[in-house]
Amino acid sequence: MKALVSVKRAVDYNVRIQVKPDGSGVVTEGVKHSMNPFDEIAMEEAVRLKEKGKITEIIAITVGGAKNEETLRSALAFGADRAIHIKEEGEIQPLTAAKALAAAFKKEGAQVFFAGKQAIDDDANQTGQMVASLLDLPQATFASKVELDGNKATVTREVDAGLETLEVDLPAVITADLRLNEPRYLKLPDIMKAKKKPIDVQSFSSLGVTPGAGLKTTKTSAPPKRSKGIVVKTVDELVAALKGKGLL
Amino acid sequence: MSKVLVIAQHADGKLSAAVSKTVSAAVAIGGEVVVAVFAVDGAAVAAEAAKIAGVTKVLTVNNAANEHLLAAALAPQIVELAKGYSHVLFPGTTFGKDLAPRVAAKLDVQQVSDIMAVNSPTSFDRPIYAGNAITTVEAPASPLILGTVRLASFQAAAQGGSAAVESASVSATIPTHTRFVNLEAQKSDRPELQSANRVVSGGRALASSENFKIIYDLADKLRAGVGASRAAVDSGYVPNDMQVGQTGKIIAPELYIAIGISGAIQHLAGIKDARTIVAINKDAEAPIFEVADFGLVGDLFQVVPELTGKV
Ligand SMILES: Cc1cc2nc3c(=O)[nH]c(=O)nc-3n(C[C@H](O)[C@H](O)[C@H](O)COP(=O)(O)OP(=O)(O)OC[C@H]3O[C@@H](n4cnc5c(N)ncnc54)[C@H](O)[C@@H]3O)c2cc1C
Repeated sequence: MKALVSVKRAVDYNVRIQVKPDGSGVVTEGVKHSMNPFDEIAMEEAVRLKEKGKITEIIAITVGGAKNEETLRSALAFGADRAIHIKEEGEIQPLTAAKALAAAFKKEGAQVFFAGKQAIDDDANQTGQMVASLLDLPQATFASKVELDGNKATVTREVDAGLETLEVDLPAVITADLRLNEPRYLKLPDIMKAKKKPIDVQSFSSLGVTPGAGLKTTKTSAPPKRSKGIVVKTVDELVAALKGKGLL
Repeated sequence: MSKVLVIAQHADGKLSAAVSKTVSAAVAIGGEVVVAVFAVDGAAVAAEAAKIAGVTKVLTVNNAANEHLLAAALAPQIVELAKGYSHVLFPGTTFGKDLAPRVAAKLDVQQVSDIMAVNSPTSFDRPIYAGNAITTVEAPASPLILGTVRLASFQAAAQGGSAAVESASVSATIPTHTRFVNLEAQKSDRPELQSANRVVSGGRALASSENFKIIYDLADKLRAGVGASRAAVDSGYVPNDMQVGQTGKIIAPELYIAIGISGAIQHLAGIKDARTIVAINKDAEAPIFEVADFGLVGDLFQVVPELTGKV
């Protein structure tokens, strides 16, 4: 069983985001980037399923500029067998990315499409669902447990009310939530081995995708700052302060 | 003029509180506001939706396949129903987040996720990078605009409406490739996290599920909802539906009390709209103090029971 795992390069989650003073975006130059943490979880899940013999081949895939090769190399170090780089510079919106990913998934004839539930840059939480929709496939989003069994998957999902379990026919799209697993640390020998694994370069045009009109970002601004409050010394002071504000 | 379709979320025959907030965003867009209730029998839910001020009409789409509100089953029906509307809005819950992109892709529109402000019928503000930046986006009006609404940014629309309820039928092929198995819902008598006026949250420092009693005791005294950091959920002290933050629930209570929580940016993303934040932490350097209106440096195991005794 072939699995496609989509991975995205994003500003590292530890970086303090700075909005550019001219409102044209956030500072991404010279800032640490890494694989979107949710995609790492998706990648780890695919590798574990391969270790269990449920998946036979893992193909990592990304949509983005030349620098995304780094992210694909990390995915290959995790354990992907090969990679596809849909090389496109500039801003790529979720539906456009989804169209390219869906085309590649179909071309590969894979059975499972794994992705993170959202990328921590645009926080859109759309791509996996869109891939499923474009291909009329089942989707099991926000997964915290995945079992593959023949031509079915049973997936437990983190929903607002608690945990929901769905059974889906394969092929299917599964997006990873935080508690699905804890991704492994990459070891040097695996990182070295990853350098020799093949990356197939594709483009929107090679996959027959035409980016449509999308959202236009007209301004990026910093959120209103919360001012630093006061430090109280005792519980009594805290109670008095809250009463003073009418909160108790 | 705009014509906004709001997709209703409901469970056990009751309308979700998320819907009246989504209606507020729809009203901000202007024009007609139509709420669609997909259900096996949507009558009771529709009657509730009809009472929300600002709603022009409620449509019920009854189908046995709508029992569990699965995205795969709802999306083709919404695609049919959406014809003739200028906007389709979903609540920014796990229900809406799962479903909206499935509809957007079928309609070939880029989705606006997490609408936090409506500037005009085509211009919206939305957070990126865990709320550390806000973008203003302009969406093409044609064929329509589709988005999810960030609930913490909108007040619930008032009650007092009396919209007409009509049943609608759509012809859509509903796939059978996705089957509901079960839902493990947490039952609690405490106020629901996303609509509670007061929320008390505990973090990794609680160190066990037994110790979380300290948090529950304070919450019960304050009639507050209870939340948690990711670390507390990951460690198994509390269930996942209590997580507050970028990837958990985004909340906007009047009073938020963070206990033994360091204040990582992903956690803060969930509480930026809280009116007043109180932090209790033994580390005076913890980042949570940078956003707290009132901070108390101390050991929670001493301070919190004392606080519970005094409120
Ligand atoms: C992609 C991604 C998404 C994430 N999403 C979320 C999210 O949605 N929500 C979320 O919360 N986190 C999220 N996180 C995790 C986040 O980065 C932090 O790891 C997490 O919030 C830490 O939880 P904590 O504050 O409970 O634990 P810690 O950071 O370990 O803090 C514990 C705090 O307790 C204090 N303490 C210890 N003992 C005591 C005591 N006896 N009395 C008083 N204080 C004490 C310590 O001083 C410390 O400040 C996410 C991370 C990633 C990478």
